[in-house]
Amino acid sequence: MSEKDKWLERTYGRAAHRPIRFSTVSDLELDPLYDPADAPTDYAGAIGYPGEYPYTRGVYGSMYRGKLWTMRQFAGFGLASDTNARFRFLLSEGQNGLSTAFDMPALMGYDADHERARGEVGREGVSVTSIHDMADLFDGIPLGDVTTSMTINCTASIILAMYLVIAEQKGVAWERLAGTIQNDMLKEFIAQREWISPPAPSMRIVTDMIEFCTRRMPRWHPVSISGYHIREAGSTAVQELAFTIADGLCYVAEGVGRGLAVDDFAPRLSFFWDLHNDFLEEIAKLRAARRLWARLMKERFGARDPRSLMLRTHAQTAGVSLTAQQPVNNVVRVALQAMAGVLGGVQSLHTNSMDETYALPTEEAVVVALRTQQIIAEESGVTNTIDPLGGSYAIEALTDRIEREAMAYIDRIDEMGGMLPAIERGYPQREIAEAAFLYQRQLEQGVKTVVGVNKYQNDEERPPDMLRIDPAIEEIQIERVRRLKRDRDNGAVRTALKRVGEACRSGENLMEPICDAVRSEATIGEISDVFRGEFGVYTDPGWL
Amino acid sequence: MEEKRLRILVAKPGLDGHDRGAKIIARALRDAGCEVIYTGLHQTPEMIVEAAVQEDVDGVGLSVLSGAHMTLFPDVLRLLKERGAGDVAVFGGGIVPAADVAQLRKMGVKEIFTPGASTEDIIKWVRENVRARE
Repeated sequence: MSEKDKWLERTYGRAAHRPIRFSTVSDLELDPLYDPADAPTDYAGAIGYPGEYPYTRGVYGSMYRGKLWTMRQFAGFGLASDTNARFRFLLSEGQNGLSTAFDMPALMGYDADHERARGEVGREGVSVTSIHDMADLFDGIPLGDVTTSMTINCTASIILAMYLVIAEQKGVAWERLAGTIQNDMLKEFIAQREWISPPAPSMRIVTDMIEFCTRRMPRWHPVSISGYHIREAGSTAVQELAFTIADGLCYVAEGVGRGLAVDDFAPRLSFFWDLHNDFLEEIAKLRAARRLWARLMKERFGARDPRSLMLRTHAQTAGVSLTAQQPVNNVVRVALQAMAGVLGGVQSLHTNSMDETYALPTEEAVVVALRTQQIIAEESGVTNTIDPLGGSYAIEALTDRIEREAMAYIDRIDEMGGMLPAIERGYPQREIAEAAFLYQRQLEQGVKTVVGVNKYQNDEERPPDMLRIDPAIEEIQIERVRRLKRDRDNGAVRTALKRVGEACRSGENLMEPICDAVRSEATIGEISDVFRGEFGVYTDPGWL
Repeated sequence: MEEKRLRILVAKPGLDGHDRGAKIIARALRDAGCEVIYTGLHQTPEMIVEAAVQEDVDGVGLSVLSGAHMTLFPDVLRLLKERGAGDVAVFGGGIVPAADVAQLRKMGVKEIFTPGASTEDIIKWVRENVRARE
């Protein structure tokens, strides 16, 4: 009998217990206490030092003593000029990186004047149809100095091409551009669910972009391997970790299959995690993620460059955890989640605003969210010591357990032939839906608590001031697009689109032809139509 | 006499991919004894109304989180009427501000459930407010 078991019997068992289930938000049941026997015995092999394999304690040697994380608030709404104003505001408030939210038509490959765009133009993000919108969006922003993140996936190749052409027009060399394009199509089929074509051709476009960026954009991250949307769709922390790492392995395998040397492109892969409510679970998840990625990259792909082994990551607090009820409470949730991210060692962070269950955030709300990061960074003191929770018996035990359970999922996905076949048979999709349903049931049974929703409710209904998107912007944008389509050289557009189609068929890398198409003023919808014609259209199987 | 099982179409209009809520509601209604048809994502109002008519449903539940509710709900109501199915109960859920909820009710949407609503509340509402059509 271990010392802990003896204590459990001798002392703990005789004490009073609240009649609840002591489990994480992902429903991992926890021990009442962890002791040295629960933590790894091989310090060097399992934990080690920051900046050294297996990177459990952080990817950089000096972590936040060297450089604070990048404070990067995701922003986008209305016309490009509206979002440009928000970008400049955020930079003036001390933010140091940009992050762009595109509207649904742009994310799904429709022009603003398309029937399917009706009611959605500029509503959930900024409306971008052509190179001219992109020029307005980054007007006055020094592209060679700022790092830009763009959350876009099935149309990522088109938006990246627009960014490249804008840079060219501003005289900024492609080699100087730094930033990230999300471009993670696997998680689109798993969770975020924005797509044009089926999984296999979607992967071909992603791999073209990895190849292109490796050769032409050495400071760019061509894929941000994202667990965020998987978690928001209802997965557990373990599933988020497992499916995301499995997606990452799939991209690496595709890149290697294309003839790229792993160490030529793996250093440019980055990650994106969700930061949910369960404080210790999230910290452990981030630590486990680094160790798992380092081990798998070394063992499976023989990566040697330390940067190929380092899991560098952006993180965002969990939108799904915010409540419409008593919205000011969201400030507290976001602070705790952001703190977990920092204690977990992230490189970049977005903090949600308190009003986001109602609408995109107001300026006032987004400043509170940004200040939350600044307070953590410069008042709380947690940045003085690297991985301050490393060595905590509970954290180390939970890190081990999450890594182990995630690896069991990855093994199962390997047995299915990897992530692509697993997605095609709906495996991760169903696992996530199951977890989401279970959580909802636990919420309604009171097994899990959400303050203000199923406990401590009050009747006070006072919705916050909200950002309203003027419906008139849709008409303005439609008119802009119609004018463009009338006035441009449509012969040149047709020729450029034809060349994109030929590249789809021949297997030539798509990025140069797409850049040419964008230069000819072809729109996002027109280029997406080429994909639709050449690669087919994917429709939701509607699995429950 | 055995009560006829309610047939409900759970539909996801718009371009966004937020289907967590729609899928949970579909499963909960099915567990509660309804016959549920789920459309999957990215449906146009035309596709939804076509499915509602083909499947001869008693109610249509729309899940909208894209902010396009003031376009999508009225379209579905209008198209149902045009197809002689104006008596199908249209309800929904999503991120819909209170002022818009009031307006949608006036247009003929029976109920809108907003964040925090429980599946229990929704099931109870469906049982009390959706009638089997002749």
